[in-house]
Amino acid sequence: MKPKENIVVIGGGIAGLEAAGQLLKLGYNPIVIEKQDHLGGHVAEWNRLFPDMTPASEVVKRLIDQSSEANIFLNTEILFINRLKDRYNVMLSNGISIIARILLFTTGFRLFDASKKEEYGYGVYDQVITNRDLEHWFNNGNDKRIDASGMKAVGFVHCVGSRDEKARNPQCSKVCCITAIKQAIEVKQKFPEAMVYCFYMDLRMFGKKYEDFYISAQRDYGIRFIRGRVSEVSENIDGKVIVKAEDTLAGKPVKVTLDLLVLMSGIVCNPDSAKITGMIELPLDTDGFLKSRDNVADITASPKEGVFYAGSCTGPKTVPETLAEARSAALEIHSYLKEK
Amino acid sequence: MDFGFGIAPSSAVNLDSVDLEKFERLHTAEPDVYKCMACGSCSATCIAGRFSGMSVRKVLHCLQRGKEKEAVSMVKGCMLCGKCSMVCPRGINTRHVILSICRIYGEETK
Repeated sequence: MKPKENIVVIGGGIAGLEAAGQLLKLGYNPIVIEKQDHLGGHVAEWNRLFPDMTPASEVVKRLIDQSSEANIFLNTEILFINRLKDRYNVMLSNGISIIARILLFTTGFRLFDASKKEEYGYGVYDQVITNRDLEHWFNNGNDKRIDASGMKAVGFVHCVGSRDEKARNPQCSKVCCITAIKQAIEVKQKFPEAMVYCFYMDLRMFGKKYEDFYISAQRDYGIRFIRGRVSEVSENIDGKVIVKAEDTLAGKPVKVTLDLLVLMSGIVCNPDSAKITGMIELPLDTDGFLKSRDNVADITASPKEGVFYAGSCTGPKTVPETLAEARSAALEIHSYLKEK
Repeated sequence: MDFGFGIAPSSAVNLDSVDLEKFERLHTAEPDVYKCMACGSCSATCIAGRFSGMSVRKVLHCLQRGKEKEAVSMVKGCMLCGKCSMVCPRGINTRHVILSICRIYGEETK
């Protein structure tokens, strides 16, 4: 019997796991390389997913179960990749080297470092946290910065490090609008007495049931939407934060005192994937993410032979989009190898 | 015959009669004027705005809608401190834009 073909999957987030599961079903031997000590990437750190409040842990568990027969290396990085005649030699930090015809990049994204936007005071004021910090708190209820006893007013700042040329990320991160609405609803559920504000520039409710979610936030939860980008945050003597913005619909400056401010950190390309793509000279697109062969018809193929992409390494994506792309990449790889 | 009352001119914006000749000159001098996405950061951080009504975002909008007088009177409240250019997420050099507006639109209001 012919040994199963090795396929190197770089990244053990949801894209890597879904692709590995599909590749197993198609009769291949996927080898998943994950830098961290756990699988599931960002989704494993999240609490619930929009729009149906599905627990993130269920999604990750299902993906881990269906890819359990794959070779998985945790705490492992790629030292170098070199091109042999028609295949790649991948050297791992654990001393193992793999020869494979196919590399699948599922390297994902990184959240923008909110402390770079100094005027928002992340890392300076205790009352300022990020979307990820809030999800961690939903998961384990343990964050010294969040004082659950006197929560009277909470604010969400959209587009932190997104649509921001100064932060060198002019792109829309796409999923933060709906994430902010989801988190605003969750905060309101936990603190029904609190006023919850969202400071937005444009609300992009592009997905299935997102608009319903938004209407529900307004009508059922009374969340206040203020159209204006927060310009600065400061602290007062009572240990609360004062947020200044322009209410651009009223054309007037607006000021509000908050007990907690949540910054919606945007999505930027994972710097690790840029490092790995440098090894085999894969190009980056003008948005800083990996460049597909064609952004309409061929998003999962790279310009290089045998190299494929899935998930948010090519741009911000939702969970269902990422999973669909991972399945599509698995099928693409299968057809590619059949033609060889 | 004077009945002691008149009809106020329409406050509606009629895009058919807006003359954008000056705005095009401004755009040539300051290509970034079309980059404004009206987020309001400039106005929120403006130290003169709450007293004088100055708002860079509104000035750019008014100019594109033909409300030049309104825009020019707002610009007069600007103290050129440049705080707005520090916060603009699109990196527009607002201070320079204001100076160009003064140059191009200020000609006849001298």
